[in-house]
Amino acid sequence: MQKEIAGDAPSAPTTRVRHRKRNSDVGAGAGKPNGSHLLVNDSKKYKSFLIRAYSTVWMIGGFALIVYLGHLYITAMVVVIQIFMARELFNLLRKTHEDKQLPGFRLLNWHFFFTAMLFVYGRILSQRLVNTVTPDKVLYRLVTSLIKYHMAICYSLYISGFVWFILTLKKKMYKYQFSQYAWTHMILIVVFTQSSFTVANIFEGIFWFLLPASLIVINDIFAYICGFFFGRTPLIKLSPKKTWEGFIGASITTVISAFLLANIMGRFLWLTCPREDLSTGWLHCDPGPLFKQETHALPGWISDWLPWKEISILPVQWHALCLGLFASIIAPFGGFFASGFKRAFKIKDFGDSIPGHGGITDRMDCQMVMAVFAYIYHQSFVVPEVLSVDKLLDQIITNLTLEEQQALFMKLGQMLQEKVIGS
Amino acid sequence: MEEENVTSSPSTPVHRLRHRRRSNEVVMDGDRVNASPLLVNDRNKYKSFMVRTYSTLWMIGGFVLVVYMGHLYITAMVVVIQIFMAKELFNLLRKAPEDKCLPWIKQLNWHFFFTAMLFVYGRILSQRLANTMTADQFFYRLVTGLIKYHMAICYLLYIIGFMWFILTLKKKMYKYQFGQYAWTHMILIVVFTQSSFTVANIFEGIFWFLLPASLIIINDIFAYIFGFFFGRTPLIKLSPKKTWEGFIGASVTTIISAFVVANILGRYPWLTCPRQDLSTGWLQCDADPLFKPEPFALPAWIPEWFPWKEMTVLPVQWHALCLGLFASIIAPFGGFFASGFKRAFKIKDFGDSIPGHGGITDRMDCQMVMAVFAYIYLQSFIVSQSVSVDKILDQILTNLTFEEQQALFVKLGQMLKDKLS
Repeated sequence: MQKEIAGDAPSAPTTRVRHRKRNSDVGAGAGKPNGSHLLVNDSKKYKSFLIRAYSTVWMIGGFALIVYLGHLYITAMVVVIQIFMARELFNLLRKTHEDKQLPGFRLLNWHFFFTAMLFVYGRILSQRLVNTVTPDKVLYRLVTSLIKYHMAICYSLYISGFVWFILTLKKKMYKYQFSQYAWTHMILIVVFTQSSFTVANIFEGIFWFLLPASLIVINDIFAYICGFFFGRTPLIKLSPKKTWEGFIGASITTVISAFLLANIMGRFLWLTCPREDLSTGWLHCDPGPLFKQETHALPGWISDWLPWKEISILPVQWHALCLGLFASIIAPFGGFFASGFKRAFKIKDFGDSIPGHGGITDRMDCQMVMAVFAYIYHQSFVVPEVLSVDKLLDQIITNLTLEEQQALFMKLGQMLQEKVIGS
Repeated sequence: MEEENVTSSPSTPVHRLRHRRRSNEVVMDGDRVNASPLLVNDRNKYKSFMVRTYSTLWMIGGFVLVVYMGHLYITAMVVVIQIFMAKELFNLLRKAPEDKCLPWIKQLNWHFFFTAMLFVYGRILSQRLANTMTADQFFYRLVTGLIKYHMAICYLLYIIGFMWFILTLKKKMYKYQFGQYAWTHMILIVVFTQSSFTVANIFEGIFWFLLPASLIIINDIFAYIFGFFFGRTPLIKLSPKKTWEGFIGASVTTIISAFVVANILGRYPWLTCPRQDLSTGWLQCDADPLFKPEPFALPAWIPEWFPWKEMTVLPVQWHALCLGLFASIIAPFGGFFASGFKRAFKIKDFGDSIPGHGGITDRMDCQMVMAVFAYIYLQSFIVSQSVSVDKILDQILTNLTFEEQQALFVKLGQMLKDKLS
């Protein structure tokens, strides 16, 4: 990959520059009177296609490897991506001239980043951390007390950052410092918490991370391909290279592949089992009613000319249709938001780590919107379907100590009694 | 109050102007060579003292009335304050000419405000709402259904606002629109969620709202009084009128009053009982061990002539000391933050609703920091629930039907009996 980067890097920026210039340059294209910047008319498109295809193949390859390795490695990958995204974005609106006069300011950004990471991952992974250290008495007590005071610890870290910020306010630099403070918060909230929902999804089952992520990748790739071959009508002024043909073609493809992929992925226990602790070994579990095959008799008019009389469908495939619909219609707005933002602040790309694609944030913008939706959809519509009295009882037995179980019992009794009396 | 407004308002802006000008003008007042902005040297300070005292009395009076009326009314008061704060802040960084080209920008802000309100209050009050509705079967099912899909509903509303924002982006206005979008989010997150923790505290017991709020007010008042009489050394460049004497005097007073006020407030069940539903009637509950008086032997180093050898202390008073410490030392940073913000964007005050004090946000800046601390302190050190029990209880109540909950209850009881026997 090193040689390729050296060979391609000189051409990749020029290709990108040529794409951007195309908005203003009228006579640069292949002889069209309105210098249209659609991909169909770009004569250099085959070269940029190769560059993008090459990076895409590497990214997908790396991604598949990590999925194979398991939950903890995927989480580590997400954390690494978040660190790189944060660095890209922290540097984006910084002005080096002012920065020289504010010595500890960069450190403050990373302090808030660390606090946010501790808070979010503490909430998401606390139960699983406890389950991992249950055998060891000392660690167990340490971990449970850390979790009890988790909110207080994160709050004190945040307040120390807040006080530090106020004590370092310098005259005539107030506006710059406040803007940087707001910018740091917006990055942490918008980018960080959204991508952290990914980790929450992972531990519910790699399926709930892999399916949404794949749908976004498929949507992106097919939007590019359909636009490459058929794109004529521009979609939105914000992103001049996107076309209606690409959008619609990608939507149809995404919804269909959602249905198919869910079937394929749902057969593997490695992907469908939730992980109750932080181990890395093999998983065994009862996948639940969502992943059990159900046979549906095909309606008359299909079975007449198809050889199959019935198909087996995993119930999760219907949920996958909803995910596919969101991925094709709403998730691209994440990309539009990022494009509008880049135009507003006159930036070409968020970074240039990935040849042909821009920075990491450029790739992750739609993924983040999708991760939040997948989490909320899962919590609101999937969990109630699969949760049963027995499953909850199981959770109570494994996750709570005896005292906590008794406390739960008493509270539940109280609430039920109130309801009985009231009705 | 109307007359006072008319007569005082011409002078108050001039006052405020005079205070601000004092930083630059050298030979304004008296014969002082370095015109210090400190309150001690301000000739007209007695007049501004009267104006401020008058507003303060009215605010405290209204506050006491609302506390007397109860939890639901206090919540309503907090919501009204939040709406006014949001209005003040939304208007702050708005530029009129750009706004004319963007017709729906005001509605978009209020859409996000409504979504944030639904989300935050839904989470805080959902359990209590469900407990209020037990009588009527139809409402109960409606409410539990709404609670179950609460997160999905709020997310849907947010995504609609997000898409609305993107579809209304106008060429050459991108930077302004993104700035307004970020500003709206910062307002909602910084101001709104902080003040909503107040409501979470209220339903744990009015005590946990009243004590922190009173401590901030006491700290403010005594910092002003100490600065008025003794203030000489400036505290921080951000707020030139604040002095070390005021700060230290107020800190000592606040901590002592925390100890005393906690004792007084802790005797009333109206203030100490948690409210489990949304009713407005009188409260009865078992007093928490925190509020039961315990004898406390005074330490040996107290001199012999002191008449009392021991005093009765409510255990909650020790917690109140921590709250007082935070209120006097860290909460003022909320005020410094607001001052720095006003300097950065060259604003005098956030608004002018309250004569002598500025806008509502000027009064609430320290309160918000305190409310969050009180909530986190309460959850971490006082309320002895574990997070896991809460989470699972939540899951049981939102995802299972009533019959399933009863079935779970019976099975759990059986299991515990087996374990213990």
